Formats: sequence, structure tokens, C-alpha cells
Amino acid sequence: MSALADRPAHPVVGLPAAHESAALHVTGAAMYTDDLAAHTAGVLTAWPVQSTNAHAKVTVDVSGAYRVPGVVRVLTAADVPGVNDAGIKNDEPLFPSESRFYGHALVWVLGETQEAARLGAEAVTVEYEPLPSLITVQEAIDAGSYQGIARTVQRGDAASALASSAHVFEGVTSFGGQEHFYLETHASLAIRDSEGQYFVQCSTQHPSETQEIVAHVLGVHSNQVTVQSLRMGGAFGGKEMQPHGFAAIAALGAKLTGRPVRLRLNRTQDITMTGKRHPFHISWKVGLDENGYLQALDATLTCDGGWSLDLSEPVLGRALCHLDNAYWIPNVHAHGRIAKTNKPSNTAFRGFGGPQGVFLIEDILGRVAPAIGVDPLELRRKNFYRPGQSTPYGQLVKDADRLDTIWGQLREEADVDARRAEIESFNASSPHVKRALSMTPVKFGISFNFAAFNQAGALVHVYKDGSVLINHGGTEMGQGLHTKMLQVAATALGLELHQVRLAPTRTDKVPNTSATAASSGADLNGGAVKDACEQIRARMAKVAGRMLDVDERDVRFSGGQVSALGRPERKAAFAEVAHAAYLQRVQLFAAGYYRTEGLHWNPEIMQGSPFKYFAYGAAATEVEVDGFTGTYRVRRVDIVHDVGDSLSPMLDIGQVEGGYVQGLGWLTLEELRWDTSDGPHRGRLQTQSASTYKLPSFSEMPETFTVRLFENAREDGAVYGSKAVGEPPLMLAFSAREAIRDAVGAFGPARHSVELASPATPEAVFWAVRTAQAAAAPAAERALTSAR
Amino acid sequence: MNDIVVNVNGSRRSLAGAAVHTTALDWLRDTGLSGSKEGCAEGECGACAMLVATPSADGGTAWTPVNACLVPVYALDGQEIVTAEGLGSVEALHPVQEKLAAAGGSQCGYCTPGFACSMAGEYYRADRTPPPADTEHEGGCPVHDDDHGPNGFDLHALSGNLCRCTGYRPIRDAAYALGVPEDADPLRKRLDEPAPEPLPTRAVVDGASFVRPRTLAEALDLLRDEPSATVIAGSTDWGVEVNIRGRRTPHAIAIDHLEELRTLTISEDVIEIGAALPLSEVERRLDGAVPLLSQLFPQFASRLIRNRATFGGNLGTGSPIGDTPPALLALGARVVLVSADGEREVALSAYFTGYRESVRGSGELIRAVRIPLPLAKLTAFHKITKRRFDDISSVAIAFALDIDEGVVTTARIGLGGVAATPLRAYAAEAALVGQPWNVATVRKASALIGAEATPMSDHRASADYRALMLDSALLKLYSTTRVETKEVSA
Repeated sequence: MSALADRPAHPVVGLPAAHESAALHVTGAAMYTDDLAAHTAGVLTAWPVQSTNAHAKVTVDVSGAYRVPGVVRVLTAADVPGVNDAGIKNDEPLFPSESRFYGHALVWVLGETQEAARLGAEAVTVEYEPLPSLITVQEAIDAGSYQGIARTVQRGDAASALASSAHVFEGVTSFGGQEHFYLETHASLAIRDSEGQYFVQCSTQHPSETQEIVAHVLGVHSNQVTVQSLRMGGAFGGKEMQPHGFAAIAALGAKLTGRPVRLRLNRTQDITMTGKRHPFHISWKVGLDENGYLQALDATLTCDGGWSLDLSEPVLGRALCHLDNAYWIPNVHAHGRIAKTNKPSNTAFRGFGGPQGVFLIEDILGRVAPAIGVDPLELRRKNFYRPGQSTPYGQLVKDADRLDTIWGQLREEADVDARRAEIESFNASSPHVKRALSMTPVKFGISFNFAAFNQAGALVHVYKDGSVLINHGGTEMGQGLHTKMLQVAATALGLELHQVRLAPTRTDKVPNTSATAASSGADLNGGAVKDACEQIRARMAKVAGRMLDVDERDVRFSGGQVSALGRPERKAAFAEVAHAAYLQRVQLFAAGYYRTEGLHWNPEIMQGSPFKYFAYGAAATEVEVDGFTGTYRVRRVDIVHDVGDSLSPMLDIGQVEGGYVQGLGWLTLEELRWDTSDGPHRGRLQTQSASTYKLPSFSEMPETFTVRLFENAREDGAVYGSKAVGEPPLMLAFSAREAIRDAVGAFGPARHSVELASPATPEAVFWAVRTAQAAAAPAAERALTSAR
Repeated sequence: MNDIVVNVNGSRRSLAGAAVHTTALDWLRDTGLSGSKEGCAEGECGACAMLVATPSADGGTAWTPVNACLVPVYALDGQEIVTAEGLGSVEALHPVQEKLAAAGGSQCGYCTPGFACSMAGEYYRADRTPPPADTEHEGGCPVHDDDHGPNGFDLHALSGNLCRCTGYRPIRDAAYALGVPEDADPLRKRLDEPAPEPLPTRAVVDGASFVRPRTLAEALDLLRDEPSATVIAGSTDWGVEVNIRGRRTPHAIAIDHLEELRTLTISEDVIEIGAALPLSEVERRLDGAVPLLSQLFPQFASRLIRNRATFGGNLGTGSPIGDTPPALLALGARVVLVSADGEREVALSAYFTGYRESVRGSGELIRAVRIPLPLAKLTAFHKITKRRFDDISSVAIAFALDIDEGVVTTARIGLGGVAATPLRAYAAEAALVGQPWNVATVRKASALIGAEATPMSDHRASADYRALMLDSALLKLYSTTRVETKEVSA
């Protein structure tokens, strides 16, 4: 038992609360960054001049812009008083002298209106002195173009284990990136106030880092910059590192013009300028024993970092730490490196490299299962971690038995075995349409690998009237963090949910915050909010003890009432106690702080215990594939997922479902196509709009979609026994990819191993079906011949 | 300055000063109604959806959801619109808002106002009716198909709204939980009154004009005098040009309300469909009379787009990837062109002359399309896309065949996405006519479907895939006409 995980009687956590902003959302009253700009008088609009060359020295002539009516100022490198860099690695010039990717913003035009700024940008001329460019990962590998530090995770002796394995396979697995496509594009609004301070409302997951970058670009200290993140219209990792430069542009404009400046990328700008999920190219060799147990994995992972490092190193680190997914692999040698290409700088995206690592092992298992004649579900289950086993990076797999339990529960509740039998008979009589049902597990490590990020702060105020206002360092991007924090505060103070309000996330309320990322928002900030509330509650308990004539240790806070243990008639309203505390000069506000205990990590050798715990889950997906076209439908999805004891079940189910569908989009539909030709638009993103880059829509929603939260799942290491939920469910979508693979396999002969391109678009599936059919054709002929 | 006024959420707001290219979305946001969001500015995401009061068949009004990002605000002269802010407030949520909020239908909330408007449009749809009570399962749950809820809610109403957070399930649950509007509901009551009349509009701002003529004759005169003018009906294509490619026109002529272009008549030997009739309206008025079009409509973009998009626009742009041309080609449709000098009719198969080019002369408008009757008995529309709803086709194939006693008597096959223009697969048609409808014939004809096509590789699909889709489409059609196909040796 731990105090962190214990829940009092009648907790507000665990209730299915609606999103705290739901009523604002549905009425359009919820304000986002550019909505605030729309309500700001005298605001200027910033518009970029984007490069049309993937790699070139540039000479920019901005004089034309000043001839356009309504253009107020053009921002260039010469205007930067501080550091001309948008990142923390000093490799991302904010105003570059070299275009490093097609779409790179070179200078920014400020206009009285968007139309003026846009026309001003059109009037800027750019001369390009072309340089050689690398667009694909393969081109970078061939050219030996890498950046950052390569890392290796190693355990045992993969080479000799491979040599002695009964079954050895090798292959290449490569897959594309994913555009975040948050519905709200990047946006900032900067205002320089009467005291010379900069206030930046920014759609950012990491206000403190945005603050630091704005300060270093402006050449001022952090105490002169306040960044607020009121709410985001989606982020998914895309606003962890990438908003900083845009905020700095807006702030620089505000400094130079004395006017408020708004910067909101339109969709095309956002999709062509900002980074995405990292594509990977992985070559691998795997060994299994005669019973299908994994023996060894040797892999080289090359991720496409794009033009600058951004978060590529930790993304790669997490990929290396997740290529085991849920499976015990005794001997591992996995080497990871970061390609440097002339594309936008790839960045965090829900899962942060984890999905890319999981992709590898699930692809391998899906490919080898038919080849060794083992049912893919059985192959997965038998290789699950057992209690006491450790990951290749040396961390004990806590609660490993949950994998088997969840798997078994899902298999039974989703009626998997009976349905697979039905599918088999359906397929036998259906030559052109095939179905399949597959299951995949997920195990995902929770905590930032970078230990320092695992801390958080909060500021809680109790007013004399008993109402409560909380601030914390986490940002709201739709995941419901603020709702959970309200539930945590109400639980800790024994209040009803409506008695607690939350103030916008600002760097002048809680400093030095970590990004709201790595699924850790509720764990970290919840710990801090709880700490602050408990400090106040302890002080109020003394006051209440005197009021109720009991020892402070026998005071209970619940439902807005403060009462004496065992003497419920002795009670006072929370507000009465608060008022009494004020009169007795007892402090009614507190700063809370939380750090995750027990973490250690040595990045040099990639060993340690970087994660507080693991989140588990499993999904069963049934699909139907049309052999004529390669189109498919997801017929049914069943999920059992482990969120610990849920803080807020409706929100958690929302995260599980949303994560699944987003993963489904990445694996099946969403395709980033770049011009890889040597033509004039080499390096241009060809799918740069909603009409060409297709997200899942209503038509991709599974016809039947059932999510169950794993029960009695208390996690001792997190606030009120809960677990993080943001990222892990994305990887449940591998069950859909594996089901498609199996359905494709049904077009082929027995034991046909299906290689499926990614994303598994209808065209990709079609080609896989053709390959399977071609493999079946000679087999059918052979069968016919032997029958004669 | 001008005195043009739009009724927004029950209040009259002046357009004074807005540039003529301004979209309804930008105007709403500029005037402080920031609930409508821009997610894509090309009618794909629906975050800007708003309701427009349009005339209903019975002389009353329908609340029709459209993409505010595509509609020029001057096209709303004298019209009534409702945004999420006008549906309800935090203190008094509208029923769709209440259901969305309670079901967990909003996470980040950015797409939500648009969803609320699309859902409200369906909530108020006059012919939204639950399935009859006697079609219940044993469990007591009313029968409903994949795309309809037990309350008659058509999920296609939301096909033009994207959500990146929820995975859609809670939004669907919210939609399926909606009841019927109360009699006292002011937006419900509004349905009983006539929709606002279209007003003739003439706005000139900074030298650019937006004109809505009163009659077709007036429009044709304008076009004769200013042949370079941009003709705007639903603006679902032009709106994208304005937003994404920054195109501006000095002369815009709005024709979407011209009565002469909004007719739909079914006579003994022809169905005539007005060029400016929104596709949703065509779909409603045809009511299944043309099965091939019934198959096509749900696959044509999204409901939000179909509420504005027209046959005239789809043919007028001359795009090779428009969805209606392959179907209209298969139906043997003809195009009625009209100018100040008079009218002429051309076969659609002779209409397209090159990439985004046609025989339509300057000064000519498409007035109507004509579909000859009787229709072929066996028709099908195959659209190959990455996504099932609201995607642009990589290949579109429409079939219209008559099979009499096992022999193909007529065949027309329309193709889209495989050449610079939509085209007919004449060689395959010839290989079918007069032949028995069997695998051998189908295989022979299949090999010829692509004969006139020149598919290309692009970001949607490879040339090889497109070619093979042409090859297999007829086989796929055949497989659906024969439940049990037994191949016998020749």
C-alpha cells in the first residue's frame, strides 16, 4: 500500500465525469489561441515566406513586401536581439540562411490583415543556390547522413543465439510517418504589455520551454516572458517541441511593432513546416526455437529525423525500449541511429517511438507465424513476459502476469475462438472476400526516459468562502487532464467536483514545468495537486479539530463536509472551516510538488529502470478484405486495457478509443507522399492538405467497438492507483494490421507469409492479395496434378 | 460600403466593408463569432459547419448544414444562418449539444461546434424518422443498418466532419440518442415559415464585384459582357481556390439561386436536372428514381459538400476526377448549354475536350443535364479510394447494362480518374453488346476497359493499380450478379 495510491471513502476520482470544458466546446464558447486573437484589437498577422527548394543557400529580398499596402514589417535574422534559434540544440535557425527543406520558413511578414501579410509574403523574392538534397531514409543511409547520438540496447549474445536457433528469419521492415493533424493548427498570440513584459498565449504542450525559447530569441530572461496555454485543439506530441519558434516570431513581432501579433498556420503551412511521426527503416534478423519461443533479435533501426534533431534522440530511445513489446527475447542487439534528411524535423507523436519499436516485433511475428506453422495468436501468447523477467534494457517487468490475464479475458469476452471458426467457414465459401480476426498485446513504459522531466508543480488556493482554485503545470489538449486534476483536488479536499475550479496553465503560476507528454500528465501533475491539497487539508484539519472538539487525526473531509470520525453529527461545511482558518491566520494556499521516485537510466549503455510501471492492454480486431480492390472494413474491435484504477472512466475510454483509431489511421490510411524525383519540386510534400492526406473519418469507425477497462488494477506507484492512458492504446491498432495480414493470407496457400506495406492502404493490400493469389495459383495446380 | 445584411443567430449583421472574396467563416470570426473554426479551409473537416435556412419542398424551411469556409459571405445576402453559438449557450444547451457533451463527444473541442451544427441539421431533418416499430429485433432494439441510428439519424450527415481525438464512437452514440425537436423549439418553429427569398445582390468593394442577378437572362447578359467573370454556384470548388491558392476574381456572378437552374422534371423519356440544384436536393427529389445516382450520392464527398455542390459545378470545372461524370456518361446523359444567344444540347461523351477543358464556350452556362429514359436495368458505381467516405477517387467506374435473357443488349461504361478527361470505355462496351453475360464475355470485355485509358501514378494511387482496378471492376460487378458462379470448361 502507498499513500499516493490510496483513495479515501467516496472519492471523486473514479466517477465518469464529462470533460470540464464540454459545455464550452459544444457551444463554440471555448476559446483557443486564435480565437483570443480574433477578440484582440489592433492585432497584426504574421505570414511566412516558405522555401520552394529542399536544400539551397538562400538570398532573400524583402523590399517588395513593403510596397504591398497593409504590410507593417518583415521579420528577418537581422531583427533577432538574442539567439537566432527555435530549439534547444542550437541546430534550428529561426531565420535560416539555408533552406533545409521544401517549405522551410525563411522570413515572416507582418500585416494589418491576413490578406496583406499573405500578399506581402508573395512579394518577397528568394534566390536559391541549390545544394544536394536527401529525401528518403534510404538516400540518407546510402549517403551516410546521420545526426545525434546512435544508441544500442544489448542483452545476451544475439549473434550466437541466432546461430543456434531452429528457425532464423531476416527481413526489412519500413514504414512511413504520420501527420498529427490536430484540428487546431499551430497558433500563437504575443502581446508586449505596459511593463515591457511579453505575454504569449500559445498552443503549446510545453509552456516552460516555449517561454525559454521566446526569452532566448528576444535576449531577455524568463521572468520577462509569460506563456499561457489555455487549451489546445489537439496536439498529440506535435506541440511539444515545435510551437516554440512560432511563439518567438509572434513575440519578436510584438517587440518590434509594439502591437499584438497573431501567428496561426493554415493547414498547408502547418503540414509542410512542422514535423511528424518518425518513419523508420529497420533491417532485422530473428531466431526462434523449435517450439516457437523467441531466442534472439538483431536489428538496426534508422529513423528519419528530418533536417534537425528536435526530439529524435529520445524518440529513438523509446523505440529501442519498446521493440520487445510484450515479449521475452533473451538475446537482443538493437542498434539505432538518426538519419538527417531534407524534410521537416520529425518530432514527438503519441507513443514517441514506442509504436515504431512495437511495429518491428509485431511485423516479425505476423510474418513468421505462418512460416513456422504456428497460429499467430498462440505465437504471441507463448512469448509473453513471465513474472520475474526483465526487459532488454534491464528493467523488471512489473505485473507481467497482467499480459496473460488480459489476453485471456479478451479472448473470452470477445468470443474470439468461436468467431475465428465462423470466419474460417465464411472464407471457405467466399472466393473474393476474406475475413480475419487477430489479437495483439501492448506493454508500454510510463515515465520520461529523461529522469529530470519526471517532476511537476501545482498551486492550490482555498478562498475564504470555501471555493477552490487550482493551477498546475500540465496542459489541456483534449485528453481531459484538467478534468482529472479537478477530480484529484476534489478527492483530496473532500469536496464535490463543482466546488473546484481550474485556472489556465501559465508559466507565472507554476514554473519550470515539464512538457505534458509521455502520457504522464495526470501522474505528475496529479501528484503535485494532491500534495498541495493535502498540505492545506492538514492545516484545515487542525482548525476543524478545534471546531469539532476532536483530534485533528480524527477529522474527515468528504462531500464538502468536514466531520469527526465516528461522530457524524459533529460536522461543519468546508467553507465554514476555511473561513475559520482564515480568521485564525492559517495559510489556505499551497504549492504542491511531485517527483517520480525510483527511476534511474544510463543513456550511454541504455540500461536502467526508466519507467515507473508499464501500461498493458490487448485488442481483438476483425476485418474484411475485398480481393478485387484491396479495400477493407473493420467489422469489430474489442479491447481490454489497463489504466490502473481509473481516475475518470469516460475520459479513459475516450483515450483508448481515440488512440486506437489514430493508430488505425497511421497503419492503414494516412500516407505522407514526398516528391522524390529530381524535378523542380523535389522534397515537396504531395499530400499537404485534408483532401490528399486522409485521416480516419466516420467510415473508419469500427462497426462494433467495445472497450473494457481492466478491473482491480490499482497501481501503487501513481496518483490514486491509476495509470497513464494517453499513448499506450495507439498500439492496440496493430491488431487491425495483423487482421488485414491474416485476411490477405487467406487468399493464398496455407502457411503463406504475408508482407504488408505500411500504411496498408487499399492499394498496398491489393498488391499483397495479388502476391498471395499468385502463390496460391501454382499450389492449386500442384494439388490438381496430384489428384489426377 | 453597402447595406448587405445577414441574419446570424437571430440578429442582423451588416457585411459593410468585407472584401468580396471573404468567406462566411472569416467574416463570422472577424465579427467576433469565433465558435466556427478553420481546420482545413477546403471543406474537408467540417469544423466550420453552420446551418443555412433553405427552402423545403413543402414551402417551409430546412436547416441545411454547409461549410462556412467555402461559401462567399456575399452569397448569404438576406439569408439566415445559425452557428454553434446560436444553437444554445452554456446555460441552456441545445439538445444536440447536451448529448454531445454528456456522451464524451468532445475531447479537444475544436471540431465540436461543427459537429454540433451537422448534427443539428440532421436533428431537424423533416424526413428523419425512426424505423417502423414492427421491425424490432427480439431484444426490442429497433432494426437499423450500419449507417442509420434507431432514431433514423443518418451517419452520412457527419461524413464531412473530422475528429482527431475521439474515434467517433461517442459522437455516434450522441447522435443516435437524439429525440425529436420539441414544438416550442424556436429553430423547429422556424421550419414552418418560408425560407428567406434570394435577394439580387450587387456589391463592389475595392474594385471587385459580387453580383447575384435576378434571372437567368440577366446572368447571361452579364456573362456576355464580362466573359472572364467567375460563375459561382455552390462554391465548393471555387472556395478551395480562394482559400488554398489565393485566387481572387474581379467579377463574381452567383447563379445558385436562379430558378431556371433549379428545376427537376421527370417526363416519359427524359429526366432533366437543373445545373445549380444542390446534389442533396437532387438526391431527395429523385428519391431513388435513378439507382446509379443513388449509389453515387453517398460516395460523393460529404453531406456538407453535397448540400452546396451541383451537377453544373462538377461538369463545369471539367475535372477528370469529378464523381458525377462517369455516372452520367454511363447514363448516356446530355448537357444543356445556354448563352445569351440561345440553347444547345451536347452529349456528355462529346463535352470534355481535354484536361479541365470542354466544348462550353465563353458566355455559356450549363443549364441542365438530361438523362434519357428508360434506364438500363443493371447499374453500378465503383469508386476506388483510400477512405470510404469523403475521398477523391483514384478510379471511378460506372456501369449501365441491359441484359435480356442472358444476353447483354446495351452497355455503357463511364470512367473517371484514368485519363485527362472522364471517358467512355467504348471498346469494352462493344465487346459486351450481343454477347452472353458470362465469365468468358466479362473477361474479354475486362481486358478492353482500359483500352482508352491512360492512367497515371500520383499520390493517390499508382498507374498499375488504377489499370488493374479497371480490369477487375467488371468481374466484381459480375460476381455480385451471380451469387454462385460455376465455371465450366468450354
